[in-house]
Amino acid sequence: MRDVAVVGVGLHKWGELWDKSLRDVFVEPALAAIDNAGVDHIDSMVVGCMSGGLFAGQEHLGSLLADYLGQAGIPASRVESACASGGLAFRTAFMEVASGMSDIVLAGGVEKMTDVSGDGATYALATAADQEYEVFNGATFPGLYALMAVAHMHKYGTTRDMLTAVAVKNHNNGSMNPYAQYPFKTTKQEVEESVMVASPLRIMDCSPITDGGAAVILTTVDIAKKLKKPIIKVIGSGHATDSIALHSREDMTTLRATTLAAERAFKMAGKTIKDIEFAEVHDCFTIAEIVVTESLGIFPAGKGGEAALRGETGLDGKFPINTSGGLKSKGHPVGATGIGQIIELVKQLSGVAENGRQLKKTPKIGLAQNMGGSGGSTLVHILEVI
Amino acid sequence: MVGIVGYGAHIPRHRIKVEEIAKVWGADAPSYKKGLMLTQKSVPSPDTDTITLSVTAARNALLRAGKVNPVEIGAIYIGSESHPYAVKPSGTVVAEAIGATPEIHCADFEFACKAGSEAMFVCLGLVKSGYVKYALAIGADTSQGAPGDALEYSASAGAAAFIMGSDNLLAEAVDTYAYMTDTPDFWRREYQFYPQHGGRFTGEPAYFKHVTGCAEGMMKKVGMKPSDFNYVVFHQPNGKFPMRVGKMLGFKKEQIEPGWLTPRLGNTYSGSSPIGLTATLDIAKPGDMILMVSYGSGAGSDGFVWKVTDRINEVRDKAVRTTKLLDENITFVDYGTYAKFRHKIRKND
Amino acid sequence: MFPARAHREYPHRYRLEAGQCKKCGKVVFPRRLICPVCGHREFGKVILPDTGKLVSYSVIRVAPSQFTDEAPYAIGIAELTNGVKLMAQVADCDVDNIKVGMDIRIEFRRIQTDGHHGVLSYGYKFVPKWY
Repeated sequence: MRDVAVVGVGLHKWGELWDKSLRDVFVEPALAAIDNAGVDHIDSMVVGCMSGGLFAGQEHLGSLLADYLGQAGIPASRVESACASGGLAFRTAFMEVASGMSDIVLAGGVEKMTDVSGDGATYALATAADQEYEVFNGATFPGLYALMAVAHMHKYGTTRDMLTAVAVKNHNNGSMNPYAQYPFKTTKQEVEESVMVASPLRIMDCSPITDGGAAVILTTVDIAKKLKKPIIKVIGSGHATDSIALHSREDMTTLRATTLAAERAFKMAGKTIKDIEFAEVHDCFTIAEIVVTESLGIFPAGKGGEAALRGETGLDGKFPINTSGGLKSKGHPVGATGIGQIIELVKQLSGVAENGRQLKKTPKIGLAQNMGGSGGSTLVHILEVI
Repeated sequence: MVGIVGYGAHIPRHRIKVEEIAKVWGADAPSYKKGLMLTQKSVPSPDTDTITLSVTAARNALLRAGKVNPVEIGAIYIGSESHPYAVKPSGTVVAEAIGATPEIHCADFEFACKAGSEAMFVCLGLVKSGYVKYALAIGADTSQGAPGDALEYSASAGAAAFIMGSDNLLAEAVDTYAYMTDTPDFWRREYQFYPQHGGRFTGEPAYFKHVTGCAEGMMKKVGMKPSDFNYVVFHQPNGKFPMRVGKMLGFKKEQIEPGWLTPRLGNTYSGSSPIGLTATLDIAKPGDMILMVSYGSGAGSDGFVWKVTDRINEVRDKAVRTTKLLDENITFVDYGTYAKFRHKIRKND
Repeated sequence: MFPARAHREYPHRYRLEAGQCKKCGKVVFPRRLICPVCGHREFGKVILPDTGKLVSYSVIRVAPSQFTDEAPYAIGIAELTNGVKLMAQVADCDVDNIKVGMDIRIEFRRIQTDGHHGVLSYGYKFVPKWY
């Protein structure tokens, strides 16, 4: 396998982008990534999108988006793993470069979620859960994560305060992110008085509905050197699956696919969690961040909430989580989220994160965890500056 | 000898009080309660309909039937004026849910409030003829009264199911009788949401004429008089009518009371006298004689004489008793919730 | 909902039919073609028990359009007496007093109506076991 590096990133401000279509939302950051990398072409493109069909009535995205990117003719594909589609696009592009099939590959993600009603978006998102045995019976995504939260609270004594700490921390981080959908700070009171969605989860425990795209350029370390770019190398990639129905899992207080994907990424990287300095994780709901930090081994099982409450996951904490603001504040355009996470890793590792959210000691190694559905799929990537 | 092998009831958990309905329509609650002899009625939640009530009642009947294998049930008839589909049987769903398909005959019955007893009547006939080994008769409704109409105080929900057979009986059907004329006291035209009725025309020329005609004909047919029965169950559109008709026929209050559920249940239409029979069987002793007379607008009555067997003592507590469903674990709802549950609020599709 | 989609699930939804691996005894609900534990491919038919305990729950306040008439409604995961877990609504309960460990019974209920014109979908819900 060839060594692979990220040499360019492209992002635009995420949010409710009423004037932009699915293709605009993708092409703008994709062009920015190509410009940022300084490459004169791309050999191939992989786009992560959860549901162009249900959100925008548009499938066949590989061809459509390659054409509008001015790249008609290149091999281009769309990959899907629900909310982990972006992470999967990154891994697919990584494998394509590592294998020698292509030299310069664009990995992108996109979701245009506001061309349907709130009910339409709920319906589309719910297709990531088990249609016949969860959604049919009235489950919603907040409801499924709420089931995890109640089970976690029951088993470990996780509290409302701990969930709140995650939301407050992520909004604090996101307030410094110019690309965030909701770049404002929030308070314990605001979170705990916000609208109840699926008990115990309130609206301020939930990531929003977002239009957004993101793109990165992957190439070989050798080509990256020629481009005279800082070398941010992809040293680990792990992908794992689990039952998509929550009730089919032995234990719903942990995320097995996250643990497995992390083990695989660590094995490839020759690292352990102790080597990781910070992480972007999939906080689609506050409880998700707590369970993910435990499943990755950052904190012992049942201790993730306490760690968040103690501030250990803040910008100044011993293990900063979601310096970007996470899905909670930055937004969650599902297919683009995984690429957005990679971009935050690249920024932090390059020491260029905006507006004071750059970690004080510029990190050398970071991890991104991107999750589909209620944890039925997970992608973990480890990036290191060399 | 044919009769009942298993019986079961089901009643939704929610109730609404007469006062709560009267408050909305400006009616005087105390006089309504006294006039109708009714304090509250059952309310089905949005996930409850004639089919779901029938399935639960049928499962309770199977519990009491003991050794009956559902595939041995050769016919299923559900009587209701609130079949969820205009076209497509309720009985197919119920038969599928209890595992009685595919060798089974099915039809949905409708005859206002006596559709349930019709099902019982036909099932007994099929068993007696030998065409089927067992037959399942169900009376179930989630009846609707038009908002503000007198019927709104009583139209309620519930179901009773009876497995008829020729052996292992818990009550023998000694005989049956039917009495019917064309009397338009209550009706609902196609595509109309709520029924209409003839006001006081529903009383003397309709309910009282047919119930007394049927009861007298039934007793004459078997050579019995009111004092020969331990219990009597009448159709009960409100609390008052069955008590009055009982008195007219010469029955005592004590004979009527065990099956007189409407004061705290409301009128379950096709479920009314069948549910009353389940409550009566719940407390009956071997050898007891029970007269049952249903009534359905349009109009007619079915009569049954039941003789309880020794087996009642073994089976009555194999499933939940009707009065337990009626009186325990209930929740009162306000009119707004009731209106939402019963789809009385206009919404966007 | 197109009727065929619901119709093929009737054995599960109406009668709680599950598969039991003929080799290791694992009970799978819904049925599968290969045992997730031992990889065996032959299953017998078993009916799930109709009682169990809640292992988690949530009260849905913001409901999808097909469930707004029932909101607030609870969903839960129950472990049945044979160890099988499944998700369903918890009906007929006081949504403010649901607890992990609560005893439940399965009842047959209407799950979805597909507006005023579509086929009705029936299935199972949990209700508090009060008798």
